[in-house]
Amino acid sequence: MKERKNARLILSLLGVAAIYFLGWFIEQRSGSKSMVVTVLQKGAVYALIAVSMNLLNGFVGLFSLGQAGFMLVGAYTYAILTIPMAKRAAVYQYYDGGWVQFTVGVIPAMIAAGLIAAVFAALIGIPVLRLKGDYLAIATLGFAEIIRAIVQWDTIGPLTNGSNLLKTYPTLKNIMPGNSVLFVFLVVGVCIGLILLIINSTYGRAMKAIRDDEIAAEAMGINLFHHKQMAFVISSFFAGVGGALLAMYQGSLQANSFKSSMTYEILLIVVIGGLGSVSGSVIASFLFIAASEWWLRFLDSEMLVGDFKVPLLAPGFRMVVFSVVIMVVVLFFRRGIMGDRELWEIGRRRGAKGGRIQ
Amino acid sequence: MSEVKNVLRLENITMQFGGVVAINNLSLQVNEGEIVALIGPNGAGKTTAFNCVTGVYEPTNGAVYFHGKPIAVNHPQGKMVRQYAGELANKYRETRPVVYSPDRITAMGIARTFQNIRLFKSQTAFENVLIATHLRRSSNLFTAAFRLNLREERRMREKAMSLLETVGLAEEADELATSLPYGKQRRLEIARALATDPTLLLLDEPAAGMNPQETDELGEFIVDIKNRFNLTVFMIEHHMNLVMDISDRIYVLDFGRQIAEGTPQEIQQNPVVIAAYLGVEEE
Amino acid sequence: MFNQLLPYLLAGISVGGQYALIAVGYTMVYGILRLINFAHGDIFTAAGFFMVYLSASLPPAVSIPLVIVLTVVLGFTVERVAYKPLRSAPRMSIMISAIGVSYLLQNLMWYLTGGLAKQYPVLPGLSETIRIGEATTKVVTIVTPVLTVALVVGLVMLINHTKIGMAMRAVSVDFETAQLMGIKINNVISVTFIIGSAMAAVGSMLFFTNYTAVTPTVGAMPGLKAFVAAVFGGIGSIPGAMIGALIIGISENLIKAAGLTAFSDAFTFALLILVLLFRPTGLFGEKTTEKV
Repeated sequence: MKERKNARLILSLLGVAAIYFLGWFIEQRSGSKSMVVTVLQKGAVYALIAVSMNLLNGFVGLFSLGQAGFMLVGAYTYAILTIPMAKRAAVYQYYDGGWVQFTVGVIPAMIAAGLIAAVFAALIGIPVLRLKGDYLAIATLGFAEIIRAIVQWDTIGPLTNGSNLLKTYPTLKNIMPGNSVLFVFLVVGVCIGLILLIINSTYGRAMKAIRDDEIAAEAMGINLFHHKQMAFVISSFFAGVGGALLAMYQGSLQANSFKSSMTYEILLIVVIGGLGSVSGSVIASFLFIAASEWWLRFLDSEMLVGDFKVPLLAPGFRMVVFSVVIMVVVLFFRRGIMGDRELWEIGRRRGAKGGRIQ
Repeated sequence: MSEVKNVLRLENITMQFGGVVAINNLSLQVNEGEIVALIGPNGAGKTTAFNCVTGVYEPTNGAVYFHGKPIAVNHPQGKMVRQYAGELANKYRETRPVVYSPDRITAMGIARTFQNIRLFKSQTAFENVLIATHLRRSSNLFTAAFRLNLREERRMREKAMSLLETVGLAEEADELATSLPYGKQRRLEIARALATDPTLLLLDEPAAGMNPQETDELGEFIVDIKNRFNLTVFMIEHHMNLVMDISDRIYVLDFGRQIAEGTPQEIQQNPVVIAAYLGVEEE
Repeated sequence: MFNQLLPYLLAGISVGGQYALIAVGYTMVYGILRLINFAHGDIFTAAGFFMVYLSASLPPAVSIPLVIVLTVVLGFTVERVAYKPLRSAPRMSIMISAIGVSYLLQNLMWYLTGGLAKQYPVLPGLSETIRIGEATTKVVTIVTPVLTVALVVGLVMLINHTKIGMAMRAVSVDFETAQLMGIKINNVISVTFIIGSAMAAVGSMLFFTNYTAVTPTVGAMPGLKAFVAAVFGGIGSIPGAMIGALIIGISENLIKAAGLTAFSDAFTFALLILVLLFRPTGLFGEKTTEKV
């Protein structure tokens, strides 16, 4: 038993190492500006955010739609803390250089991004986590909108730069030049690893119990609010880190891009991957980004086959095809790619994990 | 004769939903080491009584004590002041209301099963029991996530496995809980309840859906776990054979009111009970 | 003071009435299916585009009814294609499907319109300016509340006094039992979507007469606000939705009057959260308990 477990662990580690090597190799071969590198970067960022959302929606059964709000908090925290001193005057030109007059490193700023998002979640969670089902969904959506409004509020402009762009902070291009994919993969890998550790601990089991049956979970002594709050804060922490990564990917930031449609997009990724499957969310993120940014690009431009002009192809057609595909998944393949199983569980009999004492 | 200690005591419990009185002024007590049954026709308010004990409902009026400590005390409030149809509304007016959520009550040592089986449906039998051991953890999120609680994790798994053995489901440990036959699901619910280390076990129709042979076995099984885990058992049941076989005392409920109380022999001969169950011919 | 506030009040009542017409669709669908129809705001937007394209070649007397018909067809189709197959699925699946439809409609509209804002046509009898006291405003400001109240009263009568209305009430109380009693659930649900879409079409004509730029995502915010209005009024209650919408419309404009324009959207959601916390059933909603 023990040996097989170790074998599996080694196999997983090898798999992860292979993925890292592949990411690094592709960037070396095709250069940092190629489409495939863009897809790998953005796909990894979305993977983290999707997994953080799946933690709530798929593992605890909380239908929360606040992800964009927490990403916004994380992205802004990161950008505000890392804009170099020399450039602050230019960025905050309407606010006398802003309030924040110090700069911290990239890693501390990312951790701060997660922590501030988590603090927001802790405060918001106290009222909203008592709500059920769709009321929770609409309340979290509402809070995300409120956060967006506050960030753009002129009075705190010296902090957030109001509705102006935040820019010139360290981006993927200049943090680890030429190794941007490796950097994103490392950060995302560590974060998803942490989430997996939590999901597979006794706390993760309690969360799944809440998803399956709140009343029974409570009757088994699981404090619903405590565990929901815990999941909400953890999810928001990683959404905040994901927001910071997104800021690095985009190169500049504006609050207005963090709309509810962003949350919807992430929710659709989670559903395509399978509610309750971490590996599903990761796979779906890369597929989603690759399809929307790359594979379906040809649908957006006119195409001539001989003298025949292929009909329908025009800007925007890509997203139409794409959303039809999503609807097909939502309607006919409701379990998504992975259902509630993980990649590394394939081939094992359902639930044959640790029934015997290991 | 040693002193009788009561484990659970309901005092003047009334539970009213709007104008509907589900339980009317119910008082009863369950003593240490006893098996007490609550019987009555469908809709008599039995499960509602359980829900008042376990914190799912807040009784409209009355008090519940567990080992002498109040775990639910209430008097009609808000809209219910007007609608309250029971008696003794003033008895608890001066007392401060006591409310505990179901998880706190379970933590105090009351565990329950459900009439309409509520297992964690995406989990295996083993995981169902394992989840219930979460309550008595000493690890926190940090130690659990970073696997600094290996010894405790091992203990939890051992405990879950041994409880499955106790209820005879060791073979089915890795089956999906909801794929088990009915009778086994009920046993699994009992194992899960036991994993919270209760001193009082509430069983809501444990024999429902079982065949006569399974029911007989269940009776022995309940007595067996009661002795093995030093439990007090309070159960709702419709199978009269089972009730009469294993109960020390029986309470009979009809239309939310207690109509009789006594030993199995007394209940069997009680004309009021017979009338409630069989109906009385109107002249 | 009052003269300064008057234009804001008028605008508030007007936009509130427009929200009310959208909110009716939300509240009816929620009452029956327990579904937040996230696509409703996009159906409202689609109605705007229908008018943009139809009025280019048709006179208003033809285009106005045609817009309503097309919107109704759209709403009906969305229900049949995206929600009906999920009748027995968990509620979360239907809500996700609604989000998917919203995503699809927005992308489709972007594709068909080229993503550029379209100018909404001038509808006769709505866009003229009139004076009320010290304030000048468009006729639509006055027409909206009147029309809204008339439509809502008509709808309430329909629900209380017709057979299909009775069926709707029955389905909203208990889906399964209504089905067992021989009510054709699918017809009732279709009618609900038809009414909701028609109301949204009327709402869009009034709304875009004031805010004349139609873009693929323009309906998202009014849609969300209308949903908040429905929750505020007590979801499932049609008069509640109207009153909720008016309150939101007016408060939003008063906040603008106070110079806090950036917070007018945030206020709506703050209100929503307060309502959910202190009176989750809204102003006119009914309480339900879960059976254990």
